[in-house]
Amino acid sequence: MILDGKIPAGPLEEKWTHYRSTVPLVAPNNKRRIDIIVVGTGLAGASAAASLGELGYNVKAFTFHDSPRRAHSIAAQGGINAAKNYRNDGDSVYRLFYDTIKGGDYRAREGNVYRLAEVSADIIDQAVAQGVPFAREYGGLLENRSFGGVQVSRTFYARGQTGQQLLLGAYQALSRQVSLGAVELYNRHEMLDVVVVDGKARGIIARNLLTGKLERHAAHCVVLATGGYGNVFYLSTNAMMCNVSAAWRAVRRGALMANPCFTQIHPTCIPQSGDYQSKLTLMSESLRNDGRVWVPKKQEDAKAIREGRKTALDIAEDDRDYFLERRYPAFGNLVPRDVASRAAKVACDEGLGVAPTGLAVFMDFSAAIQRYGQSKAHNAGMHDADKAAITELGEKVVEEKYGNLFEMYEKITGENPYKMPMKIYPAVHYTMGGLWVDYNLETNIPGLFAIGECNFSDHGANRLGASALMQGLADGYFVLPYTIGAFLSNEIRTPKFDPAREEFAKAEADTQTRINTLLGIKGNQSVESFHRRLGHIMWTYCGMARTAEGLNQARTMLRELRDEFYKDVFVPGSNEEYNPELEKALRVADFLEQGELMILDALNRNESCGGHFREEYQDEGGEAKRDDQNYRYVAAWEYTGWENEPVLHKEQLEFENVELKTRSYK
Amino acid sequence: MKLTLKIWRQGGKYKGELVTYQLNDVNPHMSFLEMLDVLNEELIAKKESPVAFEHDCREGICGTCSMVINGYPHGPQAKTTTCQLHMRHFKDGDTIVIEPFRARAFPVVRDLVVDRAAFDRIIQAGGYISVNTGQAQDANSTPIEKDLSAHAFDAAECIGCGACVAACPNASAMLFVSAKVSHLALLPQGKPEAARRVQNMVKQMDAEGFGMCSNVTACEAECPKGISVTNIARLNREFISSEFGSETQV
Ligand SMILES: Cc1cc2nc3c(=O)[nH]c(=O)nc-3n(C[C@H](O)[C@H](O)[C@H](O)COP(=O)(O)OP(=O)(O)OC[C@H]3O[C@@H](n4cnc5c(N)ncnc54)[C@H](O)[C@@H]3O)c2cc1C
Ligand code: SF4
Ligand code: FES
Repeated sequence: MILDGKIPAGPLEEKWTHYRSTVPLVAPNNKRRIDIIVVGTGLAGASAAASLGELGYNVKAFTFHDSPRRAHSIAAQGGINAAKNYRNDGDSVYRLFYDTIKGGDYRAREGNVYRLAEVSADIIDQAVAQGVPFAREYGGLLENRSFGGVQVSRTFYARGQTGQQLLLGAYQALSRQVSLGAVELYNRHEMLDVVVVDGKARGIIARNLLTGKLERHAAHCVVLATGGYGNVFYLSTNAMMCNVSAAWRAVRRGALMANPCFTQIHPTCIPQSGDYQSKLTLMSESLRNDGRVWVPKKQEDAKAIREGRKTALDIAEDDRDYFLERRYPAFGNLVPRDVASRAAKVACDEGLGVAPTGLAVFMDFSAAIQRYGQSKAHNAGMHDADKAAITELGEKVVEEKYGNLFEMYEKITGENPYKMPMKIYPAVHYTMGGLWVDYNLETNIPGLFAIGECNFSDHGANRLGASALMQGLADGYFVLPYTIGAFLSNEIRTPKFDPAREEFAKAEADTQTRINTLLGIKGNQSVESFHRRLGHIMWTYCGMARTAEGLNQARTMLRELRDEFYKDVFVPGSNEEYNPELEKALRVADFLEQGELMILDALNRNESCGGHFREEYQDEGGEAKRDDQNYRYVAAWEYTGWENEPVLHKEQLEFENVELKTRSYK
Repeated sequence: MKLTLKIWRQGGKYKGELVTYQLNDVNPHMSFLEMLDVLNEELIAKKESPVAFEHDCREGICGTCSMVINGYPHGPQAKTTTCQLHMRHFKDGDTIVIEPFRARAFPVVRDLVVDRAAFDRIIQAGGYISVNTGQAQDANSTPIEKDLSAHAFDAAECIGCGACVAACPNASAMLFVSAKVSHLALLPQGKPEAARRVQNMVKQMDAEGFGMCSNVTACEAECPKGISVTNIARLNREFISSEFGSETQV
C-alpha cells in the first residue's frame, strides 16, 4: 500500500488557499440528497456536524453521552492557540506553524500544520460570535497568556474552563441545527462497528445504550470524531469513558492506525494517592506561567518531606533546585510537556521526590504572589505596604487567574496551594497517535474521515499546550466542511444505502457475537480489574521511558492478560438493558488490542522523539536523540489478525520549509 | 472508615426501593464516586448487579454525575459536584442515603441514573446565537466591557447537571434556563435574538413538565457552580420585555 498524504502542490503559504478554490463543490440541491454520519459530538464532532448541517447536508450525529455537552472536551482548562498577533509580539501564521512542527519534534506534515495555523484565527472569531466569554482586558479587548514551548502570548482562554465554553459554543451551534432539522441527534448511542460497502464507508452499527438494541445506520460517508485513547493506561487525565473503540473498530475494518506510541504525558497533574484511584486530575499548563517547579537539592530534605518531618516551607531558597530553570534557561518553566515531564521523572528517580510515594515535585506560586502583590500595591500607591498586605493583594491576582484550579486542587488534596506549594507529577494526558488520515482528513478507507484527537494528523510526537482545542475546532469548522466535498462531489448520483443490505447484516451479526462472547464468559474477575492491570503494564513499560527489553516483556504480558480476559472476565447483566459494565467490557477488550499495537510501534521506533523516549537513545545530558535518517516517517499500522504481525506502512515526511534541528529549549 | 449505605435501586430485579449495603474499609481520601466504585467491585465479586450511576469527567465540569446524598443534590458540601466530594467529609460509622435526582421531567433510567434530555431540548429551542460557521467578524471588532463579560461568564458556568431541578420542591428548571438566557442576553452578540430566545426556551421548559418557580431559592443553595438566582430575576425581566417589546411574535 502506498500512503499518499495528498498534500497539494505549490508553496506552503498557497496550498490551502489554492485547494479551497479548486476542490470540487457539491451544489446545494445535491447536498440535500447526501447523508453524513458524524460519530462523536465533542469539539471536533459538534463543530463538524453543525457546520455540515448549515451547509445543507443531512447529518446524523451520534454520541454515547446523554448529551453532547458532556464530551471530554468540556474538561479542557487552559486555553486555545491562535495566530492573531493581538499582542504585537511577533506572532504570525508561520511562527505558529514552526512552533508546532518543532514542538512535535519534526514528526508531523508541514502542509497539514500550516493549514491549521492559517485557520486558527477564524476559530477565535467564530467562538466569540457564538458568545464564548474569553478573558478580556479593561479596554474590552481579548486577553492572552503563554503556554509551553513558545515565546509569544497567543493563547486565548476562558478562566480555567476554556474547553467548557468552547464546547458549549459548538453544542449550541449543533443544537440550532437540530432544531432546524438539519441534524438528527442520537444521544446514548455507541458506535460498535463501521460498515464498509464496496470498499467505502457507508454506515455504522450503533448500540442504543438504554435498550441494548443494535441499530444499523447508513449514509454516504462516515466521520469519526471520537477522541483519544489515553485511558489505555487506566489512570489518565481523560474522562472515565474516553476510549479507542470507534477508531479500533475502523482499524479492524482496514483503516490504518498511525504512530500509536506517541502519547503525551502531562507534567503537572495531582499525584496518585492510593490504589482505589480512578483517574488523575490535571493542573493546567497555564499554571507554569507563574508556578516555579522545584525539588530539594538534598536527598535528606526530600526524605524528611516524604516522611512528614518537614514541609516545603522549611527548605531554604539555596537548598531548592528549580530544575527546569537550571536545565533550560531559555524557556525555564515553560519548556514543552515531554521535556518537563521527563525532568520531573529524573528528579524523582534521583530520590528527590516529595510525596510519600516518592513521585511528586513542587510547583510553587510564592514568588508570583509577591511579584503581583508588589505591582498591585504600587499601582494603588501603597508605598509602605507590609509583606502580609502584599501577599494578600498577590493572592487575589493569582485567584483571579487560576482560582478554580486552586480550588480543585484543595478539594482533592485537602491542602491550600496559596500557602503551600502544589505537589505535582506527570500523567497520561493526550494521544498524538490515531487514525491515519491524508490532507482531506480521510482515512485509507474512502468515505471514512477522522477529525479531532482521534486522528494522528498535526501534533507529531508531542503536542503543544492549547493546540488540541485549536485542532479539533479547525478540523470541524473550517477544514472538513471543505475537504469532505472532494469525496462527496463524486457521490451525488449515489442513491441512499439500504441498511438491509448484507454488509450491514454481517456487521450487526459480528457485533452481536462480540457482545454474546463477553456476556458468555461468566468468569470471576471484573472488567475494571483487567483494565487496571492493563494500565499498569502500559505505564510501566510503554510510559515515560521505554526500552526494547521492557517493551518485549510488556507484549508478552499483555497477550497473557488478553487471554485471561477472554477466559475469566465477568460481565454482569444482559445486552437488552442499560448496562454500563457491558459498555466498559467492550471498550476494555479494544484497549487490550490497541495496547499491543502501541507497544509494537514503540519497539519499532529506535529513536527518542517528543513523547516517545527510548532509554537507549539519549545523549550524555539525558536529552532525546532523534534519528531523522531512519525514522523520519509516519508509522501507519495495518491490522491483519493477531495470528499475524501487524503490517507497517511508512509515509516519509518531507520538510521543505523548515530545517530539521535538534530540538533545544536551553 | 465503616459506612452504611442506603441506595435507591430501580430496574432489573428491583422495583424501586432503598437497599442497604455495608462498606468496611473506606479510605477518607477517596472521592465519593471512588467509594461507590469500591462497592460495585464488591457487588460484582459476589455476582450481584452493580449500582448504576452516571459520571464521566470526575472533575466537576461535565455535569454528568447526579445523585442526592442525604437529601442534598450532589451532597452536603456547598458548590461541589458529587465527583468532587471526598470521603473526608463523612465520619466513621455514618449512614448515607443515596437517591437519584427526582423530577417528572427527569425519568429514572436505572438506579441513580436519570434522563436529562429535556435540558437538551430546551437549548435546542433557542439557547444559542444564530451564526453560521464563517459568518463571524474579527473577534476584537466589538470590545466588551470586562465586568460585563465576567457577569455573562458567571452564568455561562452552568454545567447542566440538573441539581437545581432536584433541589426545587416544584422541580422547576428556572435556574438552568435563566443561566443560559442571562449568558447570551448580557453579551452584545446575543442581543438581537434575546426576545425570541427567552420566549422559546420558556415555552419548551413548560412543555417538558418542569414546575413553576415560587422563589424558594433552594436551587441556588444546591447549585455546584454557584449560579445566582439573580439570573432568574433577569429571565423574568427579559421575558416580560419580550412580550411587550418584540416585533417577532413567537
Ligand atoms: C483535563 C484535560 C485538559 C485539557 N486542556 C486542554 C487545553 O487547555 N487546551 C487544549 O488545546 N487541549 C486540552 N486538552 C485536550 C483536549 O481537551 C482534547 O484533545 C479535545 O477536547 C478532544 O476533542 P475531540 O472532539 O476530539 O474528542 P472528545 O471531546 O473526547 O469527544 C469524543 C466524542 O466522541 C463520542 N464517542 C466516542 N466514541 C464513541 C462511540 N464509539 N460511539 C459514539 N460516540 C462516541 C463521545 O461521546 C464524545 O462525544 C485537555 C485534555 C484534558 C484531559
Ligand atoms: S444551574 Fe447549577 S444546578 Fe442547575 S443545571 Fe446549572 S450548574 Fe446544575
Ligand atoms: S463526573 Fe463530571 S461533573 Fe461529576
